[in-house]
Amino acid sequence: MIQSGEKPKVKKHIIEEWTGKIVTSLCIVLLVVTIFSMVYFVATKGLSSFFKDGINLGEVLGGSKWKPEGEPPMFGALPFIIGSFSTSILAALIAAPLGICAALLMVEILPKFGRKYLQPAIELLAGIPSVVYGFVGLSVIVPLYRDLFPGQGLGIAAGASVLSIMILPTITSIATDALAALPAGLKEGSYALGATRWQTLYRTVLPTTMPSLLTGVVLGMARAFGEALAVQMVIGNAPHIPNSLFESTSTLTSVITLSMGNTVMGSMQNNVLWTLALILMMMTFVFVFIVRWLERRAQR
Amino acid sequence: MKKSLMLVLTLILTFTLAACGQSNTSSNKSNEGSQEGTNGGNAAASELSGSILAVGSSALQPLVDQASKKFMDLNPKVSIQVQGGGSGTGLTQVSGGQADIGNSDVFAEEKLDAGPAAELVDHQVAVVAMAAVINPDVNVDNLTKDQLVKIFTGEVKNWSEVGGPDQAIQIVNRPASSGTRATFEKYALGTKTDDLEGSIQEDSSGTVKKLVGETPGAIGYLALSYLDDSVKVVKYDGVEATEENVANGTYPVWAYEHMYTKGEPNDVVKAFLEFMASDEVQNKDVVELGYIPVSKMEVTRDLDGNITK
Repeated sequence: MIQSGEKPKVKKHIIEEWTGKIVTSLCIVLLVVTIFSMVYFVATKGLSSFFKDGINLGEVLGGSKWKPEGEPPMFGALPFIIGSFSTSILAALIAAPLGICAALLMVEILPKFGRKYLQPAIELLAGIPSVVYGFVGLSVIVPLYRDLFPGQGLGIAAGASVLSIMILPTITSIATDALAALPAGLKEGSYALGATRWQTLYRTVLPTTMPSLLTGVVLGMARAFGEALAVQMVIGNAPHIPNSLFESTSTLTSVITLSMGNTVMGSMQNNVLWTLALILMMMTFVFVFIVRWLERRAQR
Repeated sequence: MKKSLMLVLTLILTFTLAACGQSNTSSNKSNEGSQEGTNGGNAAASELSGSILAVGSSALQPLVDQASKKFMDLNPKVSIQVQGGGSGTGLTQVSGGQADIGNSDVFAEEKLDAGPAAELVDHQVAVVAMAAVINPDVNVDNLTKDQLVKIFTGEVKNWSEVGGPDQAIQIVNRPASSGTRATFEKYALGTKTDDLEGSIQEDSSGTVKKLVGETPGAIGYLALSYLDDSVKVVKYDGVEATEENVANGTYPVWAYEHMYTKGEPNDVVKAFLEFMASDEVQNKDVVELGYIPVSKMEVTRDLDGNITK
């Protein structure tokens, strides 16, 4: 490495260059190694229920009976898959209009007040721990639904309500950034053509930013899909497909958190829980791919 | 560029391997250390040192936690870590050798296969009793075993069928894998039950208490230490769930809290387990935290549920 006799010292900027390169590559390699080993771990654990315990995939994905302690044990995870999807989609349906409207207000209608007070307030929601959301849900939303609707208040509706508040900051801040990044010329052109503010928002701003707005919604859904604690506290956790939105049911995450600690590593039930974790991870990947696809559309 | 990447990769690999190796040797060392420490201790009287890792049941965690703090005050060179994670985790880890003590609500034989379970040594440190609790607005004071079975299997769906008001029964259960549920099913119901549609399942006793107290027509079960005025305790076959009735064997819904070790424990662990069984812990912390001391029990029960006086 040392150059011939005359200049034994490596120049300072070259050292800096190399330190920078090495430090950043180290970080990246560490991240990649972590991610791949996690995927590998969950996959080997999750697949062992098929290879070692001989459960077939169709039974897990399509069966609606979950009796892990029964004779013979049954591992139908369909109620959980339905529970996970219905809560997160419902949560996104509640949160998306709220978040996007809030972003519109903050960027287009009340830019000064919105940026200064509303955005920090909404971002504050992201910092509240999920157990707090769960407890508030259990103490406020569940009794409310119990009084208003037939049933015990626990269920998909309560879960989705709690989740919608949790994912609101994600949707709002991504929507705000997207709207703020819109070139001013686009709006001015619309105004110049005689459009009102409402027409401009509805016909120009929203369609142009739609892929970015959807990115926010999908990211929000991904968070809702993976949230465990808050949902577990308000959904009731009965392993059945519910007949109404106010009947106790489970999600993938809630059944994993409820049973993982109580089962023995390597037992059939434990392996099936890992399979559920694998399904959960696959779904998260799907969400990420959807986001990438939307981003590519947004760039066009 | 390629060269640098290779360099970085090699470095990473070395570090990770080194890290793995290190953790192994360090844990070996701590074991050796504890052995040596206690050997020395025999000569210099009560100079215990070493570290203990106790993992498992969250129902037993507060007791072990509190006792371990006292033990560490008495033996400053010993460090004890108490972790939750559930009975299954505790048994797996002690069986696999990652933990020194595995805390469990159930007998190891009920969770593990016969082989690994046979290697574990049982130390029963306390008794926990459970009672069926109902929403305070339901005017039922007593439920027979038969009635409870019918309620938890879904055969009886309305309180009027068991002498209460005309109100739907809402079951607040535990997850199927829970140790608390296993105890309740085994000793109160005598049968395994399915998860009914519309039933609620919660793992934490606090949440169960809250839900039973608030939900109209709710029934659940709680350890005696969790009982207060927000829920109503019902008699089981006419017997009240009191410490006395549990101790003299008239109230059957109780279970041992186990601390398992793999094989015979080493000196530090043994000293700690002896401390757990000592009067200081049994008559103070155990009672204080709502468990029943093993020494007070006039009856004993084995794995198959046979009771001897």
